[in-house]
Amino acid sequence: MNLLEVRDLAVEFRLGEGKRLQALKGVSFDVAPGGTVALVGESGSGKSVTALSIMGLLPRENATIGARSRILFRGRDLVAAKSSEMQALRGAEMAMIFQEPMSSLNPVFSIGFQIGEVLRQHLDLTGAAARKRTLELLAEVGIGDAQTKLDAYPFQLSGGQQQRAMIAMAIACEPKLLIADEPTTALDVTIQRQIIELLARLRGRHGMAMLFITHDLALVSEIAEHVVVMREGEIREQGPAARLLRAPRDAYTRALLACRPPLERRPRRLPVIDDFLAGGRPPDGERSRGLRGDEPTILEARGLAKSFYFREGLLRRRELKAVKGASFRIAKGRTLGVVGESGSGKTTLALLVMRLQPASAGEVSFEGRELLKVDAKAAMPYKRRIQIVFQNPYASLNPRFTVGQLLAEPMQIHGIGADDAERRRMAAELLGKVGLPDDARGRYPHEFSGGQRQRIAIARALTLRPELLICDEAVSALDVSVQAQLLNLLQDLQDEYGMSYLFISHDLAVVRYMADEVMVMKDGEVVEIAQSDELYAHPKHVYTRLLLSSVPGRAH
Amino acid sequence: MSEHGVWALAWRRLRADRLGFGSLIVVLAYVALTLAAASGLVARDWQKEAGVSFAPPSFLGPDAAGSRQLLQATERRQQGEDYGIADPLASDLAAIAKELSGGSASEARASTLPLGGDKWGRDVLKKAIKGTETSLFVGLVAAALAAALGTCFGALAGFRGGRVDDFFNWLYSVFTSIPYLLLVLAIAAVVNQKGTFTVILILGLTGWTGIFRLVRAEYMKHKVREYVLAADAIGASAFRRMFVHILPNVSHVVLVQLSLHVVLFIKSEVILTFLGFGVGVDTVSWGSMLAEAASELLLGKWWQLAAATLAMAVLVTAFSLFTDAMRDALDPRLK
Repeated sequence: MNLLEVRDLAVEFRLGEGKRLQALKGVSFDVAPGGTVALVGESGSGKSVTALSIMGLLPRENATIGARSRILFRGRDLVAAKSSEMQALRGAEMAMIFQEPMSSLNPVFSIGFQIGEVLRQHLDLTGAAARKRTLELLAEVGIGDAQTKLDAYPFQLSGGQQQRAMIAMAIACEPKLLIADEPTTALDVTIQRQIIELLARLRGRHGMAMLFITHDLALVSEIAEHVVVMREGEIREQGPAARLLRAPRDAYTRALLACRPPLERRPRRLPVIDDFLAGGRPPDGERSRGLRGDEPTILEARGLAKSFYFREGLLRRRELKAVKGASFRIAKGRTLGVVGESGSGKTTLALLVMRLQPASAGEVSFEGRELLKVDAKAAMPYKRRIQIVFQNPYASLNPRFTVGQLLAEPMQIHGIGADDAERRRMAAELLGKVGLPDDARGRYPHEFSGGQRQRIAIARALTLRPELLICDEAVSALDVSVQAQLLNLLQDLQDEYGMSYLFISHDLAVVRYMADEVMVMKDGEVVEIAQSDELYAHPKHVYTRLLLSSVPGRAH
Repeated sequence: MSEHGVWALAWRRLRADRLGFGSLIVVLAYVALTLAAASGLVARDWQKEAGVSFAPPSFLGPDAAGSRQLLQATERRQQGEDYGIADPLASDLAAIAKELSGGSASEARASTLPLGGDKWGRDVLKKAIKGTETSLFVGLVAAALAAALGTCFGALAGFRGGRVDDFFNWLYSVFTSIPYLLLVLAIAAVVNQKGTFTVILILGLTGWTGIFRLVRAEYMKHKVREYVLAADAIGASAFRRMFVHILPNVSHVVLVQLSLHVVLFIKSEVILTFLGFGVGVDTVSWGSMLAEAASELLLGKWWQLAAATLAMAVLVTAFSLFTDAMRDALDPRLK
């Protein structure tokens, strides 16, 4: 008998004003005892709703489960179970870990207290016994110095440690089923590798089954035996991981696999979902990257540094060196990629070059002119020539401006275009260029999807005809299929206008695909700069090697 | 997803909120009444002594016994026979009285008025309408002044930070450390002039502190948001970022505060006038009506108190409910 059998699961949400959303349209799959099933899909595919339905955590006010839906856990139907029965099951027989460890831990209780709560609730362990068991759990999930970390608060731990604490809480009662909802998405790639290995080890030791939810197909190959591919509330394909990843039968699965930039090749264009669903062939041809060495320099930074100061007490202040003397040059018409983990100073570097933060030391010259020492007025012409696209398209567009206003504003400020009519015409042209309909101009950012918003942000930067475009994690927050479309768009724009890019990302595959030259940062320092192909094939610095070996789906 | 802007969405949410929308209509009716009174369409002759002294409301009928008693008492006193001393000015006063009553002699004083009369026989209904004009005007303008000050100070302090922030925080501390009535008295003493505009000035100058604190916090939160960085990246000036980019995104806070302060200031005006620091004697407001009502109540003349209280209670309640509805409607849960 299977541990979990989901049959014909349908979930509908009432959205208010009579609108309804069919989040799941009849989903069926099994989880064998001790097995690992991966639910894969893009945002809106219904993966998380599936997990919440199994845990009985759907919001009662506006969610309804279909009449024929069955969720059989060890032969018991959870759809019909009373809430007190579900409460006894949750934490004891099945447990869940979430994407954001920081927000899923309660900030006002210590780690030890929160893990102990599970033990008190389900195992009636108290006092010294609970403390002893908590220590064992912390040691088991690989938190060193468990004695002191037991009394630490969530904010005193790093992201990886927080997720380990969450896992300790989840396995405290040795559940039969562990649901992991994007457990590594918010973590750095090296930490991600550690957490994945930890989960695999724990699963083997305790013989628990795991339902692993992710958007990353590469990750799936490392952990799952069985894969379920979902899209828009339906299952597109399911099967054993080895078979499904090697020879996918469904066009959507094939598209998902293909639209991630590969680490070995560099196709001229990335295939997008529509290429596959329409039944067409993905475009082929390879692009070669790298500098010949005789390209003119558009921007050069020497010894760029930035320190932040925090007040500590009355007089003392603590210095945090975000960037420690970075030197690099960007070749005209080419792309310099910047990779590094969170806190490595990548974003600060971009803000320094843009003059959005004053630098503590160092200089930046743009076509030979010093940029940082001049005053704001003298820097205005350069502001036009260097533009930036931020990571989060939900935050970087002013919600109270229409798209038309967003596009017109930079042109008004810099006096581009003779009058409003001409600016409107130019805005319409740019919208077409980034693949948005013309009627988008009268609408507000919140009416667009994430990918569309990022196109608006790109169009806005393009209104100034910049020569250097800084992309700060510009595609990181997007689904892989949308990511592919935007990378293609950025590449087209570079081919057409000869723009130079400073391309910042934590995603090594994306950077390899886009960049001619790659710079690796760690703790504010540049540890290695090399031609893209050279760096990925023969990494010199030990940290670069560690980063590359952590990329999921790569043989090592 | 809809094709409408943020304000259109907020308006639709407000329309759907029945209580809030009803309150809005009541508030708008008061505003219309104020405009009508200000332009002289209604209650222009509120100072006319239209009825007998303390004329009771029409629905109670004329107070025959009471008014006759009063009349007799007055007549007796006017005869001036007390202690055998003759009033040397009696003939002059009689001449003046004759002259004064000459104009209105033809108009008989009404024995009842719709909502009763005050000591001089002025119509309480008209007084209440005129009082609405004063009170609502003071409330709205003072709240607008306080909101403007609070928003500008808050924007500067929150956006600039550093020394500017320190300065405005110091100013805030000074204003909030002085007991409210003492501060009001101090400003009244400095201005040294009684009148509607003095009241507005006093309320506006003392009332900005709460708004300042909220707006400052919002600006500190918003100035590091990516959309503001993006505006900086395209070369938008600091002024433009403060008032074109950030202000529309925090305007819901200001609007809700504005409306809360209207209610607060209407009540404050009443209290100030009651205490004698309010509007001048030639103006009527709910506060001045309530001040008169204190002594009238001893004589059992309750209608002026009732009229002023009712007018104020309805407006304040409606305005508060409307503020609540507005806060719900404007809450920007934009994804």
